[in-house]
Order: sequence, then C-alpha cells, then structure tokens
Amino acid sequence: MSARRTFTRPARLAAIAPYLWMVLFFLVPFGFVLKISLSQTAIAQPPYLPVFDLAAGAGAIKAAFAALSLDNFRLLVSDDLYVLSYLRSLVVAAVSTSVLLLIGYPVAYGMARLPRRWQSVTMMLVIVPFWTSFLIRIYAWINILQHDGLLNQVLLALHLVSAPVVWLSTDSAMYLGIVYSYLPFMILPLYATLAKMEPALLEAAADLGASPRTAFWQVTFPLSLPGVGAGALLCFIPIVGEFVIPDLLAGSSSMMIGQTLWLEFFTNKDWPVASAAAVVLLVLLLAPLVLYDRLQRRQLEGAR
Amino acid sequence: MAEELPNVEAAPAPKPEPPVAIAPEAVVTEPAVAADMPLLRIEAVVKKFGIFRAVDRLSLDIKAGEFFALLGPSGCGKTTLLRMLAGFETPDEGRILLDGKDIAQVLPHQRPVNMMFQNYALFPHLSVHDNIAFGLKRAGMARSEIDSRVAELVALVKLDGLGKRKPDQLSGGQKQRVALARSLARRPKVLLLDEPLAALDKKLRESTQLELMELQRRLGMTFIIVTHDQEEAMTVASRIGVMDAGRLDQVATPRELYEAPASRWIAEFVGDINIFEGQVESREAGRLAISTRDAGTVIVAEPRAPITRTVVSVAIRPEKVKLSRRGPVSDAVNAHAINRLEGTVTDVGYLGGLTVYKVKLDTGAVVRSSMANTARLDIDAYSAGQRVVAWFTPDDCLVLEQ
Amino acid sequence: MASATNKFSGFNLFSLALGLAFLYLPIVILVIYSFNASRLVTVWGGWSLRWYSEFFNDRAMLDAAWMSFRVAATSATLATLLGTLAAVALSRGRRFKGRALFSGMLYAPLVMPEVITGLSLLLLFVALDAERGFRTVTVAHTTLTMCFVAVVVQSRLGSLDSSLEEAAMDLGCDPARAFLAVTLPLILPAIVAGWMLAFTLSLDDLVIASFTTGPGSATLPIRIYSEVRLGVKPEINAICTLIVGLIALLIIAASFAAKLSNARGDSAAPL
Repeated sequence: MSARRTFTRPARLAAIAPYLWMVLFFLVPFGFVLKISLSQTAIAQPPYLPVFDLAAGAGAIKAAFAALSLDNFRLLVSDDLYVLSYLRSLVVAAVSTSVLLLIGYPVAYGMARLPRRWQSVTMMLVIVPFWTSFLIRIYAWINILQHDGLLNQVLLALHLVSAPVVWLSTDSAMYLGIVYSYLPFMILPLYATLAKMEPALLEAAADLGASPRTAFWQVTFPLSLPGVGAGALLCFIPIVGEFVIPDLLAGSSSMMIGQTLWLEFFTNKDWPVASAAAVVLLVLLLAPLVLYDRLQRRQLEGAR
Repeated sequence: MAEELPNVEAAPAPKPEPPVAIAPEAVVTEPAVAADMPLLRIEAVVKKFGIFRAVDRLSLDIKAGEFFALLGPSGCGKTTLLRMLAGFETPDEGRILLDGKDIAQVLPHQRPVNMMFQNYALFPHLSVHDNIAFGLKRAGMARSEIDSRVAELVALVKLDGLGKRKPDQLSGGQKQRVALARSLARRPKVLLLDEPLAALDKKLRESTQLELMELQRRLGMTFIIVTHDQEEAMTVASRIGVMDAGRLDQVATPRELYEAPASRWIAEFVGDINIFEGQVESREAGRLAISTRDAGTVIVAEPRAPITRTVVSVAIRPEKVKLSRRGPVSDAVNAHAINRLEGTVTDVGYLGGLTVYKVKLDTGAVVRSSMANTARLDIDAYSAGQRVVAWFTPDDCLVLEQ
Repeated sequence: MASATNKFSGFNLFSLALGLAFLYLPIVILVIYSFNASRLVTVWGGWSLRWYSEFFNDRAMLDAAWMSFRVAATSATLATLLGTLAAVALSRGRRFKGRALFSGMLYAPLVMPEVITGLSLLLLFVALDAERGFRTVTVAHTTLTMCFVAVVVQSRLGSLDSSLEEAAMDLGCDPARAFLAVTLPLILPAIVAGWMLAFTLSLDDLVIASFTTGPGSATLPIRIYSEVRLGVKPEINAICTLIVGLIALLIIAASFAAKLSNARGDSAAPL
C-alpha cells in the first residue's frame, strides 16, 4: 500500500503524455465525427458544409452551428439500405459469436486440462495465428474456397460433389472467415478462466457424488462464465463493425454496416452520412463497450 | 513437552450411541461387518508416479469409529494414500476393502467416502447453503429434506445465519466449517481430512482440533486425517500411522508412539529427543550398560524385545532429563542406577510453561533438558554458564537399534 | 499430477487437435502454394521460387512494403513508450483526476470497430489540414497499438509483487530509482512483447491505414487488398509467406526472450 501511495506522484507524471495523446487522437476525433454527421454534403474539399473557420470570427461560427441538421440521421432511419445493414451486422455478429463459443469452448477446455508444460505450448500455438496478418488469413481461405480451389478439388476427388460448388461470395464463406479470424480472441479469455480454476473443485464435486458430466455443468461451466462474457464481447463488438471479411468473402447482395460506411465514404464521398453511420454504430455498441470496459478493468486491476 | 501429551485414557473409544443430529446409520446399524473385520482394509497397495513409488506395498486396517491419523513429512505418500481412499488416484497394485468390498477401482463419485480438502475447495459460485447441499442434490434427495439436513449441519458446525454468504465473504475458520459440513452431509462411512487445519492460525487450530474430536465422538464416524503436524496428530487421533517414503513405519497410540517409538527416525520425528550412540557392554538384572562416546556409560532398562545388535542408540526425551546443582539427593541409595552427566548450561529457552536448557557436557556433546515451570518465581531456574548435573533414570531411557 | 478426475480425455484431445488444425491448415496451404511453379494457383506445377522473384521485381509492392515497415517500426516504438507510461500510471497511480476516462480511452480501441477509429482520425487530420501519408498513418497506428502495449504491460505490472518496490525503497531508492532499478527490468519482457505486438498490428492493419493514408503512400496491406479484390495471384502467396516468416521469426525471438526472463525467475507470456 505504502509503495503505491509514494508512487502516485510519478504515476501522475507518467500519465500526462499518453493522456494528452489519447485525448487528441481518440477523444477529439469523435467530436469531429459527431460534428460532421450533423453537416451537409457538398461537392468540395473537404466534401462537407459548413466548415468551421476560426478566422471568420464568432459570428460565422454561430451561423455554422445554425446550419447543423439531423438530416443525415433521418436518412439513415428512413432508407432501408442502412437499417438493413445495421440489422445484418447485429445478426452476423450474434451468429458468429455463438459459433465461436461452440468451437472455442471445447478447445479452451482441452487446453486447460493439458499437463502444465503443454499448456504454454498450445497457448503459443493459439496466439501465433493472431499475430499473423488477418488479411493473409482471409486470403488463405480465398485460395481454398475459390472455384477451382483446394476444397472443391478434394470434394470432387472424393466424389462427394459432381460439379464445383460456389463457396466464395456466400454467407457461409463469410461466417467461416469471421470464425477463423476471431477464434483466438474467443479461446484465450476462456482458457484464462478455465486454467485458473482449482482442480480440487472438480475433485470435491466428484467426492460429493457428481458424475464428470454433472461436475462440468454444476461447477466448471458456471465458474467459466466471466471468460465466456469476455470472449463473447471481445468478438461481438469488432465483428459488428467488420469490413474486410464480408467485403472479400460475402456476396454483394447485402452489406454489413462497416461496408456501407466504407462505401459512403470512399465511393460516394458522402462524409456526413458516413459519419452519421459511425455515430449510430457507436451508440449501438455503447452497452457492450461499457460492459467490456468493466470486465477489462476488473481483470487487470482487481487481480491482485 | 510433557504437558502437551494427550490424555491417553480419554482417547475416544468407538461409541456406537446414536448421535443427536446426524445418525451415521451406515456405521452403526450395519450388522454385516464381522467383529474381527475392520471397516477399512488396505492391502499391499502400491502407487507409482513414473518410477517413483509414492506408496509402496502399504497395508493397514482401520476399525469403525476410529479417529486415525496419517503422520509424516511432506512427500512421504500420506496424501497419495488418502487420495486413493477417496478415489482420485487408482492404486497400481493391492486392494482397498471397505466393508469387505474392493473399492480400489470405484470412481470417486460412487464411493461412500467423503473428503475435506486441504484448501477446502469450496465452490466459489455457490452460497454456504448450496455448497453444503451439493452432495445431497447429487443423491437425488427431496428439496425439503435437503433444507432440513443442511440446517442441521449448519447448526452442527455453528454457522447459523451465514447460509446465504458466498465463500469469499467468510473468514478462514468459517470456510473450514463449511468444508467440514459439506463433507459430512452425505453421512460418509469414512471421512477423509487432508491437512484440514493447516490454513488456520495456531490458536484457532488448537480449538478446532478439540471440536473435531468432540464431533467425531458424537457422530461415531470413522475419521482419517492426514497431517504433518505431530502435535495435531497426537491431539486428535486415537491411533497414528507414521509414514515415510511410502511405507508405514509404525502404527500405534499417541502415547506408544511417543514413549516407545519403533525407530530412531520416529523418535526424532515425533517430539524432541537426546540420542547417544554406543555399544552394549554388559547385561545384568534387567539393566544394560551401554558405553557411549558422548555420555560415558549409560545404564538403561532392558527393553522387552531382546537386543540383537551391539551398536545401539540410547534415547531420552528432554523432559525426562532433570537438572540439579549437585545431582539427585534423595536417590543416594540408588546412586549407581542413576545416570549422571556433568556439564555447563549454555542456552536457556524460556517457553512459558516450560524452560528448555542446553547443557554442554564435559565430553563436548550437548544434552537438552526441559523443565516445567511449576513455580512463578525463578527459584529453580538455572542460568547460562552455570555448572549442573543432568540426570535421568534407566527406566526413562529408550534403546533403539536403528 | 494428473488425477483421475482431471484427466485429459480423448474428447479433449480431439477438440484441441481439430481446433489447432483449423487454425493452421489454411496458412500451411498458402505457404506451400507460394512455391508453386504454375501460374494457375490451383494446379501444382512443381516447386519454384518464381513468385518470390516476381515480388522482388515489383517496384510498387516493394515501395508499399518499405512504407509499411517504416510505419510499423516508428509507431511501435512510440506506442511502446506511451503505452508503458500509461500502464505505469494506471497500475501505480491508484487515484488521479480523470482516471476512469483515461482507462476507458485505453481499453476502448481494443475492440472499437476499425472503421470508426479510421474515420474519426481522418476527419481530425482533414480538420487540422495535415498532409496525409507516412506521418498520419504512424500517428493513427500509434494511437491504436499503444492500447495493446498498455494492456500487456499492465497485466505484467499487476502480477508483480509490490513488496519488491517497497524493498528497493527500504534500501534507499527514491520511487523513481526504485522503478528504474527493480520494476523496469522485471517488466522488460512485457515491454518487448508489447513492442512486437504493436509492430505486427501495424504491419497488419488495412482499414485504419486506408482512411489515414494519402495518395502515393499505400501500405502493404492496402496493396495486397487491392490485388486480392481482383482475384488470387501467386505473387500474393509469396508475399504472404514472407510476412508469415517474418512474424514467425519475431515470435521465436519473443519466446526466446521470455525463456531468458523465465530463467531469471519470472514468467512472461507474449500476450
């Protein structure tokens, strides 16, 4: 305790630089997103109106504020394109997270029950793909899934199909890509909680008459729920805003919100609508974000 | 030391009287157990981890209603033996008979044996009530019955009012009680206790030891406790098995273990002892004369079992070594039968109830003597540098061959 | 000690093996096909290094790779500095004004959809009228990756026995010196791991870089992405294999560093 008290002053000094950095490059930019989401589209550089011009004095700024409007948000609500892409994003994220949980749990469980020295090896093995570029990992799947790719070749050779199956540009390919990319994010928090569990608890359950199956559902699973929550949030939140995977693997018939935002921004050059889309996305994610923040803080700061 | 010897006469005899709260029907009412058949019989059990033999051809009988302690240093195999009784380890050889049935291969959740774990292993997500009810639910008991049984147990271990708490809201002593109640809930034929008091502080540990004994006597249940603390084993147990390197070296009552240890190792492991090595010189009238390098010739009572070797150890507990300024006065008649060693006090360790003196003999060896502080004023005390005579009777000496 | 109740079962082995195979098979296939002599990605035409030489003759690709490398090295170094400071502030400063906001800002980017982070930073740069290119991408990547560094270092600091610092001060160090002499060497493996994580994350990033970079300064992922959209090219396989190799090298170095620090009696996982 005393060490921490004496450390407080240097700790405050240490906070200054990262604090200012995050305010300038994380917090302030959100202000810009919010502001531009209330602006109007213009064919100009930058492509929005009004532009704040501090040199023009207070009167001009006042006029600029008056010009702000909620038009972009009205557009988002009234146009099916946006509503559908929000819905699709949430559905895709929910389905992917469930699948990730179903696949990740048994793997994490297997890891946690390995002998100690093997656990660190397998943990390394799970982390390594996370370090390799996700773009590469998606590209690897394109290799396999394309029309004359390895998967179709194998299926044809085994006479399981008579003609090549279309895998690319389908929802299945997208789900595959998402699950593949996010699996380590699901496994690691699950493994962390499962590995922390005392083996004596399972012995106690067995001693008190619980079969291995009962012991799992009565003891192991309830105790792993914090890990389930952390893993689910760690996957759900970024998947909602995912852009690259649906862009490369899913078909073009329906888009996720990340794609819509990208399209508005890069193709249609409609920055205000893209900003409004970002604001809505952020609002949608606020509850899971706050929840995640709590979990993170508890894990990092309560672990003493 | 002497004050802390347990009262052997009061050691619990198995009392089959039906206890108030919890009836261990399994133990009391089962007539199938023949009088000479022990409740638990361990037969030539071997457990290997790799090439290491944690338990090495160990056999042991435990009778119904006993409070048995497995005592030994860490790594001696006592916990492994206990875990085999609970079913967490499977013996590589041998049989474990409970009520005459071999349970060596029976899975833990199918054994009528329960265990109290070293660090309690309380389920952190369940309340006190649900922890205690866990085993009862597995037995498929009706809800109302579970509730009343849990209430009995909560009262038994004096946890009233804490049923809704989670384990991390409990003190160490309270956790220990929950663990005890949980392991008693299923009325096991044998309750296994793995260092159950190790996490408690000294005062609490001592009072809990007495409560455990009281509880065991009331329930008439068979308890097997594993401990490395010899005082704890002597306090609670009616019989103690001393283990070393996977084998049982001696099984005896606490008093036998202390006063007649089977080997030099046990003598040193259980309590404090002075040891002089020497050779048997002569034997007459039930007395042996043993010449030692450190203490000259020591006269000892001839042990009942005949001595087969000539090189032996003479052992004497510190509390049986008396100090005086000039040697024993009243025993002038038997002076030849008293062992007298002259030396100088070098260390005085005051422990409250007794004082331990280290006396450096003129031979250079050191003898420890502990004397009860029976008077408040230090009229009998000796101080460092003082010349004294350390004396002890032949009957208080042990002759150890190993 | 593997006891009867906690035994590693056949089901455990099965799920573990299947999970790991799922994670690795695509990458292994990709690496193998990068050595394929045939132009058709799917037809095996024998072993060849042809696509590697193709890459080393592709001026635009090489420029992008060099750009990515510079951004990654610079931003990882900045992020390590800032992230370590932030971790120290959070784990040693129990209370200061705006602490909740500070930790919130540090944890949020870990999960924040990249499109949002990228868009917001771009709007800032436009408002500041900053020329987009190397510098803006570096700033953007520093912002993202310093949060990862902070988490890695903070979890290490949290597992550190605080009595070590107390002992150092008891032996006459002032707090700053105690930190430098005792704490810093102990968290060094985590700092190194944090740097490498930041480096790979920056090397990896497509979305934020797309928003914050300007014309003529594409990073490697941006180039790869535009190629991949046009279809599978064997040259991409070769580039990807090179990146995987580089990262594997980094990871081996990291685990070696971790082993060294393990030998000194403490443990450090790279994440």
